[in-house]
Amino acid sequence: MVEYRIDRRSGVATYVQIVQQTKQALRLGLLEPGDKLPTAREVVEATAINPNTVLKAYRELEREGLVEARRGLGTFVRKALSTAPADSPLRADLDAWAARAREAGLEREDVAALFTSVLDAHFADFKGDA
Amino acid sequence: MTDTAIEAAGLGRRFGRRRAPALDGCTFRLPAGRVCALTGPNGAGKSTLLALAAGLLRPTEGGITVLGTTPAAARERLAYVAQHKPLHPQLTIAGTLRLGRDLNPRRWDARVAERIVAEGGLDPDTKIRALSGGQRTRVALALALGKRPELLLLDEPMADLDPLARHQLTATLMADAADHGTTVVMSSHVVAELEGSCDHLLLLGSGRVRLAGPLDDLLAAHTLVTGRAGKALDPHTVVESRATGRQLTALVRPAGPLGDGFQSDRPSLEEVVLAHLRSPDAPPLLLDRRGAAV
Repeated sequence: MVEYRIDRRSGVATYVQIVQQTKQALRLGLLEPGDKLPTAREVVEATAINPNTVLKAYRELEREGLVEARRGLGTFVRKALSTAPADSPLRADLDAWAARAREAGLEREDVAALFTSVLDAHFADFKGDA
Repeated sequence: MTDTAIEAAGLGRRFGRRRAPALDGCTFRLPAGRVCALTGPNGAGKSTLLALAAGLLRPTEGGITVLGTTPAAARERLAYVAQHKPLHPQLTIAGTLRLGRDLNPRRWDARVAERIVAEGGLDPDTKIRALSGGQRTRVALALALGKRPELLLLDEPMADLDPLARHQLTATLMADAADHGTTVVMSSHVVAELEGSCDHLLLLGSGRVRLAGPLDDLLAAHTLVTGRAGKALDPHTVVESRATGRQLTALVRPAGPLGDGFQSDRPSLEEVVLAHLRSPDAPPLLLDRRGAAV
């Protein structure tokens, strides 16, 4: 089981926080395939958030194929999540890019701003909900 | 069953001929199963609207339907908790809940009511007059939820609760909504208090509807932009704009892509509400359930 922690001041939509925390629990192995997510009622009793928000988060996880709703039983984990391993080619590309950025004289914050703006350009649909 | 909890058409209410109307030309629809934040500054008409929905006041203009019928006919199916939580001071808590049972013989759920009282550590034999404001709120909510209403109208329910009681009672309300699909309307002038628990917003200002619709859609319809002062913001609808030195900060409803030279951010609920309150002339925005403007 997983327990959600909702930060109302984060600026991140509540349902996105639930999606992100579920994924994090999957990455850390706190949730495994076959595990049941808490019911909407259990989540709202613990967090005092709106039940439709919980259902919206679960629908999003279902759309991504990570969980499935079984009628009358609850919502269950379908798939584990793994992070890109440390030796993946993507990481090597990013590593080389960060080194070039530093050589070009960019500060850490410049690099972060640049990276965020590129992320936003490529993942615009998700930013809209974040 | 109807899928509309409250529908108002040109709803108005005057108190005396010389005074400005408390509500004026309000038209909106609240779908059933929503948890709606009713907000606005002092004197915006929040309490008047709730009293009209509860059937305690009659409109002087237009009309309001509740759960598909008149407020009077829906009285058994709705519960209303007024701002000053009117309870009989000489009754004990247990006596108050018995009264609730006797007045609502077909609907009363003693378990729910007793649990809410017990959660607050209240002794059922205590008289109402010996309770603090927050404890009285708890008993009033127990009485309202024990009725198993389809529509719950709460006027400033959280105002005199400590943080723990506020969290407990909000959680209880949300659990009730999750179990039974209860429609809840809660008024407050503290927007941040309502943000996590509501999925629908009704913002009133000077007796008129300023914003109405699903919270996520209303937020998504607004963008906070910063850029160089003097840059044109048309064709977007500008709710509020301010220039500080060379910097322009504005809350807009984008009519399309914002273009280069603007940094855009998603506003918080509080930023959207405050911008509308500071700009009484900004056009109202009413979104229906499917997100289309009406």
